[in-house]
Amino acid sequence: MTLSTVLAQTEPGEFLDGLKAIGAGLGYGLAAIGPGIGIGLVVGNAITAMARQPEAAGMVRTTMFLGIAFTEALALIGFVVFILINFA
Amino acid sequence: MLFALEFPPVSHLLEWPDILFGGTPFAINKPVLIFFAAFVLTLALFFAAGKKKLVPSGAQNVAESAVNFIEDSVIMQTMGRDGMVYLPFLLTLFFFVLFCNIFEVLPFIQFPATSRMAIPAFLAIMVWVIYNFVGLKNHGLRYFKNVMIPPGVPAPLLPLVALIEFVSTFFVRPFSLAVRLFANMLAGHLLLVTFAVLTATLWDSSPLFAIVWAPFVVLIGLTGFEILVALLQAFIFTILTAVYIGGAAHPEH
Repeated sequence: MTLSTVLAQTEPGEFLDGLKAIGAGLGYGLAAIGPGIGIGLVVGNAITAMARQPEAAGMVRTTMFLGIAFTEALALIGFVVFILINFA
Repeated sequence: MLFALEFPPVSHLLEWPDILFGGTPFAINKPVLIFFAAFVLTLALFFAAGKKKLVPSGAQNVAESAVNFIEDSVIMQTMGRDGMVYLPFLLTLFFFVLFCNIFEVLPFIQFPATSRMAIPAFLAIMVWVIYNFVGLKNHGLRYFKNVMIPPGVPAPLLPLVALIEFVSTFFVRPFSLAVRLFANMLAGHLLLVTFAVLTATLWDSSPLFAIVWAPFVVLIGLTGFEILVALLQAFIFTILTAVYIGGAAHPEH
């Protein structure tokens, strides 16, 4: 079955819904890449810092959570966009 | 479909019918009840801890360790000694957000009030008003200069940096503060619902089926993870509030 016959058999709305689902899934997946790498870097470096200077662990941990929170925001905005495209 | 798995539409998971005063702006539904419960619990904790005894027990223990925690890992790390005046506010904020979140894993309730946008948005707007008020009170109109012109920026870049700083301080901060809490709790709620639905469906189709345990075990593990997320999000909300207030009160030189 070629693409043109598939397109001829589907309703226009159905096709649009399919595109929306693909876009939402891809959008969330893409939005998760950067923050994933970013949080890995933040936590990895925080662990290095804590291992080198255990007496500074409290300060490092607080700063680490701050860094995670800022990095994670991008992924969460991607998640919200996913929810909005799919369900709103 | 093999097991006829039916995922409920998202509106069924998040929108609740009105219980009282339906149709009026004061309608009360489940998230509002949870909101009131969190309010009462926060208040009750403070009253229970208020009876000072030399050897603390029960609620006083919880409250004292919480005060210590907020003092050491939130205020001293972000604002220093001067920030101690904000201790009651930050403590209340922490417990309120925590109680709103923790209803996510309490059996038979299992809905975080913060997974509806209203409560995070309201809290973020409140924080926005407070840190701007602190900045204006401490520095007057120089507050805007402090915000928009960070020290050590080369002159050609200044207009761009000023614009970015302005937008990021006055618009992106409250938005991201609200969205962070909201999206984390919504994602957690959907995750728990997904595995609960999976477990229930597999159970219905055949209780003896070996694989029925897999989603159930994951569900239990995720519940533990969500307790951690609820605590962490309350902590992050509090510490970001402290950072914003501290930044408004003492800008970088």
